[in-house]
Order: sequence, then structure tokens, then C-alpha cells
Amino acid sequence: MIFEIQIALRFLREGRTQSALIVGGVTVGVAVVVFISALVSGLQSNTISRTLGAQAHIVAKPVDPEARRQIGDDRSDATSIAVVQTAPRKVRSINNWQQVIAAFEAVPTVVAVSPMLSGAAIAIRGEGRNAVTIFGVDLQRYDRIVDLRNKLVTGSLRLEPGDVLVGTELARDLGADIGDRITISTGTVTATDERFRITGTLDLGNRDLSRRAVYLPLHTAQNLFELPGGVTSLEVRIQDVFAADKVAARIARITPLTVDSWMTTNSQLLSALSAQTASTTIIRVFVSIVVMLGIASVLVVAVVQKTREIGILRAMGASRGQMTRVFLLQGSLVGLVGSMLGSLLATLLVFLFVTFVRGVDGSPLFPITLEPQLLVVSCIGATLCGTLAAIAPARRAARLDPAMAMRA
Amino acid sequence: MSTTAAPVLRLSAIRKSYNVGTPVEAEILHGIDLSLATGEFAALIGPSGSGKSTLLNIIGLLEPPTSGSVEIAGRAVSYNDDDSLTRLRSETLGFVFQFHHLLPAFTALENVLMPRLINGQKITEAVRAEALHLLDAVGLREAESKKPSELSGGMQQRVAIARALAVKPALVLADEPTGNLDTKTAADIFVMLRKFNRDFGTSFLIVTHDPRLAATCDRRITLADGQIVSDER
Repeated sequence: MIFEIQIALRFLREGRTQSALIVGGVTVGVAVVVFISALVSGLQSNTISRTLGAQAHIVAKPVDPEARRQIGDDRSDATSIAVVQTAPRKVRSINNWQQVIAAFEAVPTVVAVSPMLSGAAIAIRGEGRNAVTIFGVDLQRYDRIVDLRNKLVTGSLRLEPGDVLVGTELARDLGADIGDRITISTGTVTATDERFRITGTLDLGNRDLSRRAVYLPLHTAQNLFELPGGVTSLEVRIQDVFAADKVAARIARITPLTVDSWMTTNSQLLSALSAQTASTTIIRVFVSIVVMLGIASVLVVAVVQKTREIGILRAMGASRGQMTRVFLLQGSLVGLVGSMLGSLLATLLVFLFVTFVRGVDGSPLFPITLEPQLLVVSCIGATLCGTLAAIAPARRAARLDPAMAMRA
Repeated sequence: MSTTAAPVLRLSAIRKSYNVGTPVEAEILHGIDLSLATGEFAALIGPSGSGKSTLLNIIGLLEPPTSGSVEIAGRAVSYNDDDSLTRLRSETLGFVFQFHHLLPAFTALENVLMPRLINGQKITEAVRAEALHLLDAVGLREAESKKPSELSGGMQQRVAIARALAVKPALVLADEPTGNLDTKTAADIFVMLRKFNRDFGTSFLIVTHDPRLAATCDRRITLADGQIVSDER
């Protein structure tokens, strides 16, 4: 292989301008692909984190009570209209949820599971009254599902008995601030209203959610809803947010609970993201094709230019295989060097984007991170593309008749 | 000059036609029988168009004959497998061409080392020393790091000779090696080829147009209209 490498390098060095141009082409191509990929993945994860806000990737809930069939009969041939009436809703607990959590945690790629008790209530402060949703959580566990720390706007993330965390909009509506007390009423006849002290306000990324979210300690919520020891849902976080539906299906197999992933509850967002991914893929594919055509055309010209040298090498005993490898290597080298330079250029572009492209308030639009994995995959991809592009020229070089080639 | 009986080359009934099966089909070689002994220093002469270069290409395994058989260093040549053909070429044959055909991107020393590199040999200090010794033998020790474009025609041809000898071939084929050199340089080149023939026992088959140079060879094979018309020793 030493022979092939030496000849390939020398041929590339000899055709300096040609090599520089095509390496430049690969550099720009790879930079565009890497930059767009980083940009779109940054945009998507930002969109997801904003949209999901305080949602878990997967939520397991008790099955709704079965709908009762009012009219009609399966055996009847006549057209029948079924009127389906769901049973009156009430807060229902998951049985043996501690064991269920343990089972969920054993499912691969599940990062964290947290119990939650949620229900509707009214928050009251002075004259202000707001319909709210109570989220009774074990803050330590729940923090691993939804990163509340990052959503904290004022106060501190503390949820001792008697404490409450509220959405920013709700705090504004109630005119309440850190340390102020609000009353929570579940509206049931037997329940007693309780007063809580606001320890922190949260921006949940979604105005509506911030207007109705009230976080209480799980125990407090259980007392409030008269469901001692009960929880209404299990919230799950997994490694790959886009694998949520698959993991949800796995979880559904081990539990009688209704398991939903964010992907089913946000199908519109998901199709928008898929469309975005598809268009990025199309751009990537076309840029790769253009780069490959560029490499191939330069190498075809190189074979013509080097016909005599190929003839000499063949006469000296270089095999067809060796000549093939000389040109395949040139393709790979162009791909490799171009992609390494392209990765550097992409890193620079990302830096410039993050530094100079800002929103109206001067803050960065969204975070873009260049995963080392993306760079490595791009380099390998470009090297492969270069090699593939070199197949036709390499075959041409190998097929040259040495006697004819030397006369060229 | 001692020659042994074992032939380094044996051609039997070699015919070569171009454009076979077309209206312009032409037979260039009409049944050549030729044998060259090990250590022989032979000239192949004849007018232009007599088929010398074609014959040399066939001997050099650069093109197949239309019919007939070729045997080199006791090995029968099969044209079906390009790889074994290439291996046979690289192990037994050295080439010196009229237009020296050095690789322009490589230095004189690298050109001499090229056949070794092609054979997959590691370029050790010993191999380098051997190549330098060859360059020394052709009087170009000081030109080792020069590119062909920095050398005169005669110097380039001497590098080509050193390269042809690099793998210690059994037979060196030279196609008008002095064709575009002045008389003095041409004579020097011939002296050099002769010296290698004596020192290494390498066989030479040299195509030349120069009757005076041909006269210095052990054997003169004359080709005319695709046939051997005389073979003098």
C-alpha cells in the first residue's frame, strides 16, 4: 500500500491547482452539511424543549373507565348509532405505583421516572381567582424529568410542606410575588382550603401553562385531593426524545396503564419537525452528490493527464489493482482532507452564527452545539463519498493499455 | 562474454494483427521465432514500420500476440490473468524507452526506487544504498534529488537505465535508447549498457537505428516487413 499512497500523494501534489480547487469544493460542501445539520438539530431541540415545556417524554395514566354502549348491538344488521358516554371523571390513583416505577426504570433508555398527582383547583389571592392545575410532585425526582431549575425565574426551587411553585403568568395574574401566600381550593365539599407560600416562579415556555401551573409537594397534593398515598400519573424521561413512541410501546407492554409519548400528544409538531429533517436530508444528499461529481470529474481529468505516467508504472510492473487503488486513494484523500477543513469551517460558521445572529433582545436565538460525533460522521461520510466518486476514474486508469498509454 | 544455453526469451510463431475483423485488418508480424540466451547482448534492427516496436511490446508483455507463444525466463506467458502477467513483467523485465519515460513528479533516486516500491518492497537503507549505487554506476550520484526536468536528455536516459536495472531483471528491453541523443552521448550510453551486461550478466535486447552501435552488439537481428530477415552473431 506504500506504493499506492506515495503515488496518490504525488499525483495530488503535482496537480496542485486542481487538487486545491476540489479540496476547496469538498471543504465548502462538508461545511454546509455540518453547519445545516448543527443548525437544524439546535433549532429542533430548542423547539422541542420550548414546546414540551414542562411535559415528560412519556406519561403513564390509569385507563379511562370503559365507555358504556348505550344503543345498538353487535349482532344487529341494522345501522345503529352508538352513543358513547364516558364515566364521570374523578381523580384516580395508580395501584402499587412504587413497583410500577421500579418496572419502568428497568426498561432500557429510561433515564428517570417520577410520580405525579395532578388535578384541577382554584388559586385565590385576595380578589384574584384563577383556575389552575395542581402538579403534586416529589421535587427531587421530578427535577430529573423536567428541568425546572432552568425554568426558574424568581425565588428558589424549594418545595417543603407549605411551599408552592407557580407559573410566572399565574403569579402576575394573582399579583403575587415570592413569599406571598395563596390559597388553593379543590372545590370539593369536604376539602378544606389551604394556604401556601410562593417560593419560586417558573417560566414553563408556554404562556397558557405558566398561567395555570401550580407545583406542590406530592404529600400536600395527596391530602388536598383526598388521595392518600396515591398518584395519578407516572412521568418518564428517556435518552432519545425521538424514540419516545418506541419506548412508550415497550412500557405499554409491561403495564395495564395507558402510556402516551409526547409524540402522540404533539403529532403536529412532530410532523413539522419531520418535514424539517426531510428537507435537511435532501440538502445533505444533493450537496454530497455535487461534491462527488466534482471529485469524479477532477479525477477523470487527472487520469487523462497522467495517462503516460500510468503507462510507465504499468510497464514497470504496477498491476491494475495497484492503479485502481492509486486513484481510489486520491478520492479518499480529497474527501478526508476536505472534510477536516470543512469541519473547521463549520465550527467557525457556528461560532459566527452564535456570536452575531441574535434576537431582538440581543440574546442568542437558540443554542447550537457541534457534536464531535457529527464531525466524525461527516469526515467518514466525505471520505467514503470521495472513494465512491473515484471508482469510475480508477477503473478507467486500470483499464489503460500500458503500450498505448506510453505513446500518449 | 559468456552465454549459457538456457534461453531468457523464447518466441514461437508470433503473429500480430491490428484491427482484427475489420476491413483495415493488418498483420504486422508474420510468425516470428526467436530465442535469446541468458547474458546475450542483442540488437534488433530494421527500417521504420518493420514491426520492431510491436515485437518489443510483445516481448515486454505490454501487448498480447494475436497468435504464437512467449516464454520468459523459462516461464510460459498466459495472457488470461493480468496480475500474473504484471508480476512476471515486474520480476523479470526492465525497460528503457526512447523518451526515457521517467516519472516527472519523482526525483532521480525515487524513479530508480519505483520498481521496488511497485513490487511492495520496503525501502530500507540497504535498498536505498543499492539504488544510489546504481545511480553512481550511471555517473549520476550527485543528481539523486533532481527531478527529470532538471536533467539533460542523456542524464535522463541514464536514470532510466539505472531504473531498468533496479530489480535485477533477467532481460532489459531498450527501445531506441539513444534515439534522441547526440552521437557522443549515444556511444556513452551503449558503453554503459554493455558494462551492465558484463557486470550483472543481464540480457539486453536493444532496438536501434544506428548501424555503428548495432555493430558493437554480440548479435544483430534484422526485422523487415514483420519477418526476421537476418540473424548474425
